[in-house]
Formats: sequence, structure tokens, C-alpha cells
Amino acid sequence: MTLRRARLDWAHWGLTLLAGLGAVVMLLPFLWMLSTSLKPASAVLSLPPELLPREPTLEAYREVARSFPIVRVFLNTLLVAAATTLGQLVVSSMSGYAFARFRFAGRDLLFAAYLATLMVPFAVTVTPLFIVVKALGWTNTYWGLVVPALFGAFGTFLMRQFFLALPGELEEAAVLDGASTFTTFARVMLPLSGPALATLGVFSFMASWNSFLWPLLIVNDPRLMTLPLALATLQGLYPGQTQWNLVMAGTVIAVIPMVVVFLLAQRWVVEGVTASGLKG
Amino acid sequence: MYERGWRRTLTLALFLGPSLLGMVLFVMGPILASLGLAFARWDLLTPPEFVGLANFRALWADPEFWRALRHTFGFLLGYIPLVMLCGLGAALVLNARIPGRDFFRAVYFLPVVTAWVAVALVWKWLLNPGYGLVNHLLGLVGLQGPGWLFDPNWAMPAVILTSVWKDTGFVMAILLAGLQNIPREYYEAAAIDGAGGAARLRYVTLPLLAPALYFALTLSLINSFQVFDQVYVMTGGGPAGATTVLVERIVKNAFSYSQMGYAAAMSWFLFALIFLSSWALTRLQRRAL
Repeated sequence: MTLRRARLDWAHWGLTLLAGLGAVVMLLPFLWMLSTSLKPASAVLSLPPELLPREPTLEAYREVARSFPIVRVFLNTLLVAAATTLGQLVVSSMSGYAFARFRFAGRDLLFAAYLATLMVPFAVTVTPLFIVVKALGWTNTYWGLVVPALFGAFGTFLMRQFFLALPGELEEAAVLDGASTFTTFARVMLPLSGPALATLGVFSFMASWNSFLWPLLIVNDPRLMTLPLALATLQGLYPGQTQWNLVMAGTVIAVIPMVVVFLLAQRWVVEGVTASGLKG
Repeated sequence: MYERGWRRTLTLALFLGPSLLGMVLFVMGPILASLGLAFARWDLLTPPEFVGLANFRALWADPEFWRALRHTFGFLLGYIPLVMLCGLGAALVLNARIPGRDFFRAVYFLPVVTAWVAVALVWKWLLNPGYGLVNHLLGLVGLQGPGWLFDPNWAMPAVILTSVWKDTGFVMAILLAGLQNIPREYYEAAAIDGAGGAARLRYVTLPLLAPALYFALTLSLINSFQVFDQVYVMTGGGPAGATTVLVERIVKNAFSYSQMGYAAAMSWFLFALIFLSSWALTRLQRRAL
């Protein structure tokens, strides 16, 4: 028995060591990003590379702020992500409720049509979507960044499943008290929907914060850019040599808020990502 | 629901209207339009013109398309086995009761929540042949690192490596959820029968994890057919067109060459690929389980 116990301990420490090695691989790129962003331009191309900056400086951050409206870009990203999240929550919880509790002709067919759109890759819709948004005059506007991102079958599906799992007696009690459908929804159902709203909210926020292809297509005015797009632009801002300390400073600015959101809402983030099957 | 007559219709419109309007305008409409465009020629300036199957015939004859298709499959063949293996390994290790387990799980998931553009830029810099950390570390153990993104033979492996790093936590999270659904009694029964660690993995864990594995595999497959962000930022399809992929071709054709119909045809080909492969996987799963 002691022998078996000892072997278990060895396996135990072996696994911990393995997990630690993996963690180093996962964290080293983040460390390298942070370290490069704190180097002066002269130290970026030093050989051998300094893993930690010998003379840490905020020079790169100042230079990024000077050559690029980075504060504005940051606020754009925040605004677009917040508006998208809020809009998604309102639109999807209401449509999810409609599919879960209303009876109307063609409901199931319509819901099947919603689900079918989940199978279609974004590459299929992107061209006509661009034309619609252009026709609305929404290129280079916040509208163009936010509104098309409000609608998707995933949110409706998630909320519908959640409402279906709630017992109908809750609403019946409210109706007996003479409440309207909307009051019942807002006062009884929504307060119970915390977990579903958190999952969808965190997921929408993350998807918006990290979104690249769509902003790339409809925005070219730096004052309306979001962070991922600004980063890609920053890379090519200086002809000839990429200024890696500047690019990494921009990257740090883009990455930190998402890391904070993740650490604060880890459970919902993991749930949102694995439930949707969509990645950042 | 509780109202009657026109008030009921009004309530329904209030709840479903915004979503339905948005879905029709921004999702379903574009899908149908794209289907129509696939059989048309349209340069955005002159009115669209019906051309039958001409776009698909052009696709068949387009060497750029075939090359992008080959690269997409190349990506997939490298990425899928690696990410599944790394994700499974991480899930198995982090399902064991080791110290700091929650910390490790968070760390492994960190790249998943990070924007692809940021990840692509950091790795582009890590893989810089002259000044990057990766080749420096390889040099420390006596290996001469390749030119990575500057070398046509190494650019796609570099993109694959980066993608595996980013998505390992994603596969891990799905598999961890699957592992937690395996009842403890199964392991206890196996232990009573004298099964060692390897036998338990082979005869208990993996068979019971199969649904989660299929789920992760299907999602990874669907996502990897649509590989774009990392390629766009890391290589832009280069060097010398060595990493062009399908979605990148679709975007190029639509937005750089204004060949809307041709791009739409290619996007429906992509849809067919995704649809058929996930269907095949589902069939396979049903037969195997």
C-alpha cells in the first residue's frame, strides 16, 4: 500500500511539473509582449534578446499615443463592445422569450430557419452584408460596427433554451395578479435569467472586442477604428521596419482589458465560448 | 401570451420584431442574396447579370483557388491533430487533483480570450528569424531556427503552431466539461478490477469522453476551414502566396477585385465543405458510439 501511495505521489508531481511547463509555454508570449513594449527602440533589436528589459521605459506607449489616436481607439472599442452587448441582451432575451412562451403560426419553422443560419459561415454573408450596410450609409460609422453584430441566432437560441427550462407557474402567478406580458417578462423572468444573460453578455463583449474582419471591411477612418484593426494598421504604420516595441505596446493595451474581464468572469467566459463553439 | 386579439399581436411584435427585422436584414437576407450572387456576375458598378454556373466553372479553372484550397487543407491537417492532442493532454492533466489546478486552467484558457490580431502580432515577433525569442531559444539548445514566416516552407507550420497555442485552451475547456461528466463509480469499479492508470484511460476515460471529443473535433474543423485572421495578420497570404486560404481568397475577390459573384460562389463552396465534413463526422460518431 505504501508503495502504491509513493507511486501515486510521483505521478502527482510529474503531472504538476507537466502542467507547469505548459503554463510557461502559455505565458511566455505574454511576457515577451509586455517586456518588448517596455523597451526603448534601441533595445528591441539587441542580441541576444533581453527577456526582461534592462532599462524599462514607457517610451513606446508615449510614441503610440503620439502617432495614433490610441485613446480614442480604446474608447471606440469599449463603446462598440458595450453597445453590442447591451443590444444583444435586449434583442435576444426578448426573441428567446417569444420563441419559448408564445404560440403563433409558423413558430417552429421560423426557429428552424434561425438555427439554420448558424451553419452558414460569415464568409458567405459578408459581401451582401457589406452592401446592405453601405446602402444604409453606415460605413465609417458606429452604427455599422454595432447594429449588424446585434443579431445572430446564437443569442436567441441560448435565451430560448434557458426560458424553456424555467417553470411556467412563475409567470402564471404574475398573470393572476393582472400583470401584462411585458411586465411579467421584465419583473419575473429577467431577474431569474442572470446566468444566461451573463453567459451571453460576456460572450458578446468578447466577440465584439476581438472582432477583426468586419471592422476591417467597413472602417478606414482611424478615428472610428477598434483595437484589433488599429493594431493591424500600427504594424504597417512605419515603412520599412516594423517598430516592435510600439506594436507590442498597442497589443498590451488591447489585451489587458480582455484579461481583466476573463479573470473577473472566468466561469461565464468559459461557458460562453464552449456553448457557442465560437472563439474570440 | 396573456393578452388577446390585436393586443396579443402587438405584444408578439414587440418581443420578436427587433430580432426578426435584424435577422432578415443582416443575416437571412444576405444569405439568400449570396446564394443568388453565386450565379451572377456583379462588379458593383453595373447591374448584376445572371451567368448560370459560370462562376463555378471559373472556380474549377482557377489555379489560385486550388492553391488556397490546398493550403486550407494543409492547415487543417497540421492543426487538427495537434490541437486535439494538446487539448486532450491539458484536459487530462488539469482534471487530476494537482496543486494550483484552477490557476493552470485559467492560464491555458488565456490565449482563447485574446484577440487573434494581438496573438498573431505577438507570435510574428516571437518568430522573427533574427531577433525573435523562439529562434534564440532554439539556438540555446544548438538548433538553427528556420526563417518561419519569411520561408515559404515554414510559413504555414508557423501559422499552425500559433493557432494550436491559441486554441489548446478551447479544446481543453470542452474536454474538461466532458471529463467531469464521467461518474466516479466507473473509475472505482475499474480500480477494483485491478485496472492501472493506462487501462483506466483506455477503457474508461476515452470511450466515455468520445462525445466531447467529437464535439471539440467538429467545432475545430468548422473553425479551421474558416481560418483567416491569423493568416491575414501574420503573412497576408505570403511569402510568395504560400499561405493563401479560402476565406482570404473570398475577401480578396469581393473587396479588392470587385468580383462579387465569384466570391459568393467560392463562399458557397466553403459552406458545402463545412457542411459535408460535419455531416460525415456526425455519421461517423453515430456508427462508432
